[in-house]
Amino acid sequence: MGRYVLRRLLQMIPVFVGATMLIFLMVNVMGDPVAGLCGEQSCDPATAAQLKREFGLDKPLWQQYVTYMGNVFTGDFGTAFNGQPVTELMATAFPVTIRLTIVAVFFEIVIGITLGVVTGLRRGRPVDSGVLLATLVVISVPTFVTGLLLQLLLGIRWHWIRPSVRYGTFDELIVPGLVLASVSLAYVTRLTRTSIAENKRSDYVRTAIAKGLPRHRVVTRHLLRNSLIPVVTFIGTDIGALMGGAIVTERIFNIHGVGYQLYQGILRQNTQTVVGFVTVLVLVFLVANLLVDLLYAVLDPRIRYA
Amino acid sequence: MRGFAHVRWAAGAVATALAITSCGGGWGWGGGGGNGGAVLSSSWGDPQNPLEPANTNEVQGGKVLDMIFRGLKKYDPRTGRAQDWLARSIVTRDSRHFTVRIKDGWTFSDGERITARSFVDAWNYGASLRNNQKNAYFFGYIDGYDQVHPDSGTQRADTLSGLKVLDDRTFTVTLNQKFSGFPDTLGYVAFAPLPRVFFTDHAAWVRKPVGNGPYAIASYTKGAQMYLRKWDGYPGPDSARNDGVTLLVYTDSNTAYTDLLAGNLDLVDDIPAAQLKNVGGDLGGRYINSPAGIIQTIAFPYYDKAWNRPGAEKVRTGLSMAINRRQITDTIFRKTRTPATDWTSPVLGADGGFKPGLCGAACDYDPARAKKLIEDGGGIPGGRLRITYNADSGSHKEWIDAVCNSINNALGNDKACVGNPVGTFADFRNRIGQHKMTGPFRAGWQMDYPLIQNFLQPLYYTGASSNDGKWSNGDFDRLVDRANAETRPATSVAVFQQAEKVVRDNMAAIPLWYQNGSAGYSDRLSDVALNPFSVPVYNEIKVG
Repeated sequence: MGRYVLRRLLQMIPVFVGATMLIFLMVNVMGDPVAGLCGEQSCDPATAAQLKREFGLDKPLWQQYVTYMGNVFTGDFGTAFNGQPVTELMATAFPVTIRLTIVAVFFEIVIGITLGVVTGLRRGRPVDSGVLLATLVVISVPTFVTGLLLQLLLGIRWHWIRPSVRYGTFDELIVPGLVLASVSLAYVTRLTRTSIAENKRSDYVRTAIAKGLPRHRVVTRHLLRNSLIPVVTFIGTDIGALMGGAIVTERIFNIHGVGYQLYQGILRQNTQTVVGFVTVLVLVFLVANLLVDLLYAVLDPRIRYA
Repeated sequence: MRGFAHVRWAAGAVATALAITSCGGGWGWGGGGGNGGAVLSSSWGDPQNPLEPANTNEVQGGKVLDMIFRGLKKYDPRTGRAQDWLARSIVTRDSRHFTVRIKDGWTFSDGERITARSFVDAWNYGASLRNNQKNAYFFGYIDGYDQVHPDSGTQRADTLSGLKVLDDRTFTVTLNQKFSGFPDTLGYVAFAPLPRVFFTDHAAWVRKPVGNGPYAIASYTKGAQMYLRKWDGYPGPDSARNDGVTLLVYTDSNTAYTDLLAGNLDLVDDIPAAQLKNVGGDLGGRYINSPAGIIQTIAFPYYDKAWNRPGAEKVRTGLSMAINRRQITDTIFRKTRTPATDWTSPVLGADGGFKPGLCGAACDYDPARAKKLIEDGGGIPGGRLRITYNADSGSHKEWIDAVCNSINNALGNDKACVGNPVGTFADFRNRIGQHKMTGPFRAGWQMDYPLIQNFLQPLYYTGASSNDGKWSNGDFDRLVDRANAETRPATSVAVFQQAEKVVRDNMAAIPLWYQNGSAGYSDRLSDVALNPFSVPVYNEIKVG
């Protein structure tokens, strides 16, 4: 187990270097970031040259990358154009996005798995068809439609919620979290349903029932635990996607999280912000994947890592 | 069975949670985050640069500086005319040597007295290349600018030789050329005075700027919100009529508008284009649509021979006449733009140099003549017009497509004109800066100060800072020099208008429309207005 984890951690290094380098190249291909700093006119050449020197943009690209990575390992993610250190931006943005992700994953697990189990156990009944139809609708409607619609109905028409988030506390993030989770939630429902329906007919379930175990024990201990492997894989990879892919939801609900900072960084061509945030997201993605793989062993004792 | 219980529990949780949130909606709003009193909340965007006066060149940072700084002059929020504010007098005999006397009794909000030195030090800081100030070029008229801010290499002096402190209340300014309008430019925020603490503890100052305006910054969370409290000790006549303003950063102007409708926000000064058709029904009389000093044009790349050959001016004039401005401003912009008939802005007023109709027939929609002119001029270079624009902000795509449609209809050719989108504003500016444009491109100009000079010289003078198309015309340059040297304002304006006619005869850029500022506000507010810079006049707003 320990060796497995170590091997996986070592494998992360090339992935990490490759991913950051790609992002670095992509942001640089977009052109000279200083050009967008002076509004609807060109910066005067002396100031532009000075700014480039200060941000290290006058050096060749490989040198910029090496310097940047060197700084990252000492915890210095550079400075955004408004003079704020990128680490400061991260310190304000990540907690909000992490809270949003927690809310979203919570909904995915609670609602998604529950609906999945219910429909899986009652295959072909009206409940099943109803939920299937509902998930189909949720999957086919884009997030921004769901978001704007809920904002309009709950926020303006019925005054149940504030239409925008101000402080990013958990209670403000419930509706945005639900919107963010909606599509994944539908997938989790369908994955759980299929898995449960399939395993319901398997030998060990029949054995468990034959042993005379109570129904809820059969379902939670035997059936659910074995059916959760694909679902756990999905949720694990989804964490990374939720954190980085909340741009639309964050814009609609005025959440000043990672998506907002990334969006603004891209618009202003701020290499330091974009690369820094994506680097952290890459790390989150890698760690989440590792945790998912380790969870397999917990859920299914037959899986062993050497 | 068990499953159902789960569902019921989850539904219950959601319902409870929603109930908690809705309770939360009850407190703290409108009150500007619980600061109490007659405080209003207003939408904001994250400023792009640190909030230094000589480093802020966009409207979001400018909004704050407008509240916390007052300069030698101030532009009247209604007429745009420059009035003496901290200046007691600014006198000159020759439009080159100016003596500035400042009023007694002004202080910064931290109690420091404002002296001649507060101005001279601030201007020296702004001009110095070392400080990377993006508005440094505003000091370019002052003698010695080429020493502290050379085009290349290191600076040879730290201070402008054209600035001399005579005593506590007096300093002199020497310009490197005659410029009679110079005193009227001094209302621009780059010329604001700065307190000592700006220089001694710069990092702390940038975290929480200290100025001399009607408001003082009480708290500032970068990227989220700023609370500006009324400064009770403000010595000026325009002190705030409310207790404070909370500026809230919004990720999207649509969200801010939604918050206004839900009663969670008091003032939105950027109505999203998509909402313009609803705004009358949503807000009724609480919607402002007033002229701002912004003009939109289509510029041309004169570094490209095809656009600089003799006869090309006929093509450009033809293109101008092929655009149905009225139809586009009415349908796409819902009258938040006005068709342009000169190259300035209505906010200047007739005395300031605005002259409707100066463009004449060249700005009238006349498809038949347009087609003939373009053909006479040798047709569109390359056979096809590609108008470049940035697709990331504004509603540029919509109107560029409409302009192209209008041109295509006039020429009877579906493929004569297409839009050429560029992903980001930075990349768009980048291509313009590198002179990579092969066809016309979108250009917008927001005035820095309400002078006709500001609408002409930076845009069309040879080698000027915003002359992106590299247009160059000896007659125009000579007329601008003459106008700047004129001491009598009326004559100066008349000569500038002559220069403007040179722009017209060559159709150096196609004027499209004058842009309005738009804002909406809640029923808690009254006396809301936008100044000519499309910034709300916060100090006049009454709450409750």
